Amino acid sequence: MESPPEDPGPPSTETTDPDPSGGTSPVGRRVFLGIVGLGAVGIVAGSRIESGLHTVVAPLQAHDPTGLSNLIPGGNQWEIYNASNGAFPDVSQEEFQLNIDGMVDTPLTLSYTDLQAMPPTTLVKTFQCVTGWTVPDVHWQGVLLSEILDRAGVKAGASALRFFSSDNFDTESLTLAQARRPDIIVAYQMLGAPVTREHGGPVRLYVAPMYGYKSLKWLSRITVTNEVVPGYWEQQGYSVDAWIGNSNGL
Amino acid sequence: MTTPRSPARRRSEKMLLRFDGAERAAHWANAVLFFVLIGTGIILYVGQLSILVGRRVLIDDIHVYCGLALPLPLLLSLSGSWGKGLRADLSRFNRWSADDRRWLRLSVKARPEREAGRDALIIGKFNAGQKLNAAFVGGVIVVMLATGAVMHWYSPWPLAWRTGATFAHQWLALAVVIVVVGHIGYALRDPAALRSMFKGTISRRWALRHAPAWVVETDAAQLATKTAAKANRPD
Repeated sequence: MESPPEDPGPPSTETTDPDPSGGTSPVGRRVFLGIVGLGAVGIVAGSRIESGLHTVVAPLQAHDPTGLSNLIPGGNQWEIYNASNGAFPDVSQEEFQLNIDGMVDTPLTLSYTDLQAMPPTTLVKTFQCVTGWTVPDVHWQGVLLSEILDRAGVKAGASALRFFSSDNFDTESLTLAQARRPDIIVAYQMLGAPVTREHGGPVRLYVAPMYGYKSLKWLSRITVTNEVVPGYWEQQGYSVDAWIGNSNGL
Repeated sequence: MTTPRSPARRRSEKMLLRFDGAERAAHWANAVLFFVLIGTGIILYVGQLSILVGRRVLIDDIHVYCGLALPLPLLLSLSGSWGKGLRADLSRFNRWSADDRRWLRLSVKARPEREAGRDALIIGKFNAGQKLNAAFVGGVIVVMLATGAVMHWYSPWPLAWRTGATFAHQWLALAVVIVVVGHIGYALRDPAALRSMFKGTISRRWALRHAPAWVVETDAAQLATKTAAKANRPD
């Protein structure tokens, strides 16, 4: 933040140096460069600092009834996005229906209790957002997507899936091969409790090996097709195959 | 012996130019951008607000474009012939005298001691707090722009850097909110100083109390101008 040199000009009629007496030091520039340096350290080492901070902040957040400590940056907290123009879908467990249609032998409509009656799968994983925030050790429970597909029966020639949220605002896609993985579930529990409305409850997709935007919230419909149709966030420029650490520029 | 003077002249001698037009324009353009950035940033960050407002892509766009525009007011006001005042003030922000350090050290003292101590100091156009604020804002613009760029154009950067940039962006944003609230608080407590950011001028009386070395500096500059004019006058 040093000013460029003033024009030399004639021996001056204006004071260009406000303190010609000496005895001053460029503290302003040091503070400025210090902040810039801290910022650079933050970019390079911030992820490690953040996990260190988490060990301190997490116990505080667990015992904070006000929830204000969740606003502390770097506490590995969830960031809730609302891309739509309206409120989040509000669907009760009783009203909930999941439709499976498209290239299937038997189109299905599953209720919340239907899902609970199927063999459960539990996953504990770090939730990783493509923009950088993470939440470690998130506990999930639900039904393997492949289990649901098997129940409906996928027709020959099918190669992809489309997912729709109940307000039809958010959409997602997976290839059929991806959908058969053992770490992709239709989840009705998250963080050890029923999935809340703001996390996409009563039922959402959880695609563990991919960035968070693939884990579509407020899941209401799965369509089996023969082509991958990029979902909402992919239309905003994110990778369709969103492998953590191996997509979106990595 | 005094010569009679017009009331207008007398008034103008009582007022000093604190911020010229380019400086005021830069300040208020900055203020608007910071205001929009803080507002949209809070919406993007606080989940409950984000749910209420929605339209994430639009809010995100506003935040990014205002962020990209953030360095422009300062850069434009610094360049060119109109930037003389701001360039001089930038060098004032940079240089700290021994009294500036004393002024800052007195911040931790109780009020009576602090005020008595500061009254005894010879402070220039800006006190140490204002100098710190200026350096902070300068640093903030660079760091927020850099970390924001990593967040927005994430492709070339390793995942750890994206996390780090997000982390630094959020913590610095918290600091910015605190500093901006403090800045507005100090301005509201000193209406004369606040008015000078609208009108440009401030009373000599105020300057003698808060920025005595600046008054001396201004007077010396005026005297030098007068002397030069006299020397050039043909007689």
